[in-house]
Amino acid sequence: MPHVTLPRIATATAWRDAARGFLGAGIPPDQITWGDSRTDPGLFDTPATAPAAGTVTVPRSFVAMADKVVWHNDPTRFARLYAFLWRLRDAPHLMNDRGDPDLARLRRMEKNVRRCQHKMKAFVRFRDIGQPGDTRRSFAAWFEPTHHTIEPTAQFFARRFADMDWRILTPDVSVFFENGHLRFAPDHPRPTLPQDASEQLWVTYFRNIFNPARLKVQAMQSEMPKKYWKNMPEAAAIPDLIANAPARAREMAAKAPTLPPLRAAAAQAQQAALTSAWQGPADALQEALQDCTRCPLHSHATQAVPGEGPQDAAVMIVGEQPGDMEDLQGRPFVGPAGQLFDQIANQAGLDRGRVYITNAVKHFKFTPRGRTRLHQRPDAGEVTQCRWWLAAEIKMVRPDLILAMGATAALALTGSGANLLQRRGTIEAGRDGRPVLLTLHPAYLLRMKDAHKRQEATAWFQADLARAAQVAGVAPLPRAV
Amino acid sequence: MARLSLEQKLAILSDAAKYDASCASSGSTKRDSRGGKSLGSNEGSGICHAYAPDGRCISLLKILMTNFCIYDCSYCINRVSSNVQRARFSVDEVVKLTIEFYRRNYIEGLFLSSGVIRSPDATMLDMVRIARKLRHEENFRGYIHLKTIPDAAPELIEEAGHLADRLSINVELPTDRAVKQHAPEKSPEQIRRAMADVRLRKDIARDRSFSGKRPPRFAPAGQSTQMIIGADGSTDTTVLGQSTRLYSSYKLKRVYYSAFSPIPDASAKLPLISPPLQREHRLYQADWLLRFYGFDLAEITGHRADGNLDLDIDPKLSWALAHRGLFPVDVNRASRALLLRVPGFGTKTVGRILGTRRHRALRYEDLARMGAAMKKARPFVTALGWSPRALTDSADLRARFAPPPEQMSLF
Repeated sequence: MPHVTLPRIATATAWRDAARGFLGAGIPPDQITWGDSRTDPGLFDTPATAPAAGTVTVPRSFVAMADKVVWHNDPTRFARLYAFLWRLRDAPHLMNDRGDPDLARLRRMEKNVRRCQHKMKAFVRFRDIGQPGDTRRSFAAWFEPTHHTIEPTAQFFARRFADMDWRILTPDVSVFFENGHLRFAPDHPRPTLPQDASEQLWVTYFRNIFNPARLKVQAMQSEMPKKYWKNMPEAAAIPDLIANAPARAREMAAKAPTLPPLRAAAAQAQQAALTSAWQGPADALQEALQDCTRCPLHSHATQAVPGEGPQDAAVMIVGEQPGDMEDLQGRPFVGPAGQLFDQIANQAGLDRGRVYITNAVKHFKFTPRGRTRLHQRPDAGEVTQCRWWLAAEIKMVRPDLILAMGATAALALTGSGANLLQRRGTIEAGRDGRPVLLTLHPAYLLRMKDAHKRQEATAWFQADLARAAQVAGVAPLPRAV
Repeated sequence: MARLSLEQKLAILSDAAKYDASCASSGSTKRDSRGGKSLGSNEGSGICHAYAPDGRCISLLKILMTNFCIYDCSYCINRVSSNVQRARFSVDEVVKLTIEFYRRNYIEGLFLSSGVIRSPDATMLDMVRIARKLRHEENFRGYIHLKTIPDAAPELIEEAGHLADRLSINVELPTDRAVKQHAPEKSPEQIRRAMADVRLRKDIARDRSFSGKRPPRFAPAGQSTQMIIGADGSTDTTVLGQSTRLYSSYKLKRVYYSAFSPIPDASAKLPLISPPLQREHRLYQADWLLRFYGFDLAEITGHRADGNLDLDIDPKLSWALAHRGLFPVDVNRASRALLLRVPGFGTKTVGRILGTRRHRALRYEDLARMGAAMKKARPFVTALGWSPRALTDSADLRARFAPPPEQMSLF
């Protein structure tokens, strides 16, 4: 009987061409036998070549199915496909008859191949075989598929790992991907692959992502059959994980609840202080601020001084706390330091009307001295308490940049007020991640005696304001990294 | 304290992440790296690269950025009052782990979650920074799932949605009361607002502009959430009611049910029982009936006196046994909707039945070849050569399916 031998590489096209030829010539399935280069033809078989292909019409769904089934390891696959193709000639609707035993068998084989392809995509494990100095990274894997799935699955890996070289070696056909080109070669010997440090990390991950309280070995094995385990580094950990799981679960249950660590209370208090729970509408913020009793400062000051400026300002400027005049008038930056700020801001091109200006602490802290009130720096506790309001303002305005003037503002916004002279002019990430530009406080300039130094500090201050002005007026700065 | 090595950190922070059930990598936009300039692909269907002995799929590198947390949720291993060892990854460490694992074909991508440190915004910003670096510097085209922090600023959520394939926010427990009791710092309203926000952004990203241009896709694989089962007293009716509301209100892709499992160093507030895995399994089955089989919530739990699903038999079988008047159905005539209600018939089998019976009448053996679970379906269908006769109404029908009764332990 004529025997068709199909190649092991590009089998799908070879089968299609042969089948098309035989079908066109009207040769029935019992007149030919099929095999690949590893199957021996029968004693009475003679090599056959398919007649030149004419045009034959087959349902598209058959072609798609055949393209999978040819990769099955069942030696009868080619003959079964051709036999069904023969039946389809007069009854193309058979493709939709899922109850037909021949089709059911082919569909099952197709499903096996698809599953084998899927498992190959999942369970191939690469090891790094690159040398230092290589321009492209290279990886290799040894894999033992059940069916001949290397060729139909290679494209998947080519689409996924296009920027590196890789090879998947198997006892069947192996695939090489070098500089963007795929190549297949049969019967590659099993290589010894070098150790790979990342593999240890992967096993660590596998061991720890497992929850010993819910052991479902069956569920694991039905999806990850044992035949794949020998080439998967993590599988070596499985017996140990299973064996120890009940004991670990019991241990968790038996252990008495422990007392919370010392830092728990501190962390919770810190959280309560940090998180601004202000949920009301933006207009109501000022009013709510007036009722604030979060720290004792409210009992001596005239009023709380809220921030001022457009609620969609790109820049927010934060000072220390209201002074004498601010406390009386209820507006920020109207006293001597405020006037100096206005003057330098003017020179720097910063329009006060376009920025939101506020203080880190909203009440005036002072000690009475005769008929005057002496400014006192707010302590860390007061700054922490008042951050609740500052956070609410930041949440409302959502500035692209916050300008922190002075150590208190730096403390409130970045968590540290130290070394301001070294840090000024730099942008740091704030507590909530927003960029914070650090600068001096105008009151610091006012207090400086040395005219030369004062001039120098004023120039710094002006430069920082100019930088903020750029954000306020033109394009926003890139976010701090 | 000694500095932790990368491996130690990975051990701590993957251990801390294992209580999130989701590990899906499916349903995103199709993309690949064929140009040779980037790494990774996504082909629509997810791939499980390994399975742990707990039966769960490992598709993504599922880790916490840090397990330091300022919240005190009693069901969580990372709560502030727990004594577990703490660690924190740097941005570069997470990026390196993801890329190196991906190159070795261990994973489909990254599922990044985090304890809340400093403030919600600061935490979210660090997570966004990781995703940004993966996408823009490493040209990573694999899957990214970010767990969003409900109170984080909208622009961070916006950026997260453009970098990630999926966003998720856990509702944690089935009722608001339970959330307030067990997670005092979390606000159920805030969580819902955050899910609504993600849905709206997704809707907006679907609208074409005047010129017909599409805006960048927002979280193309949708959003999902997780509910812990068995930590509070909610019935299955409550749980499923909550998930139907979530599916309809926020167009969630998935609601994950996670049987409350004992954790190391558990809080005294919660029961340390073995996790109700069977209940979790039944809830998933019911969830599928609601989404793909045309069942109503009232149909699934309505016939159950205590409002809980039958643990011994699956919810569809349970429904069919309670509505035997509708059966047996004739597979050669019944409508699609009715076929979907037959126990043992899945959506694929029903599709095959409808396709084949256009050409010829179906026999009993055909059904088995089409993938139907005939052991289960047998009492409920008629076909050529098969009639269940009295079997449909027999009194012991339930007993044929339920596991055999077990004698209680005497000790």
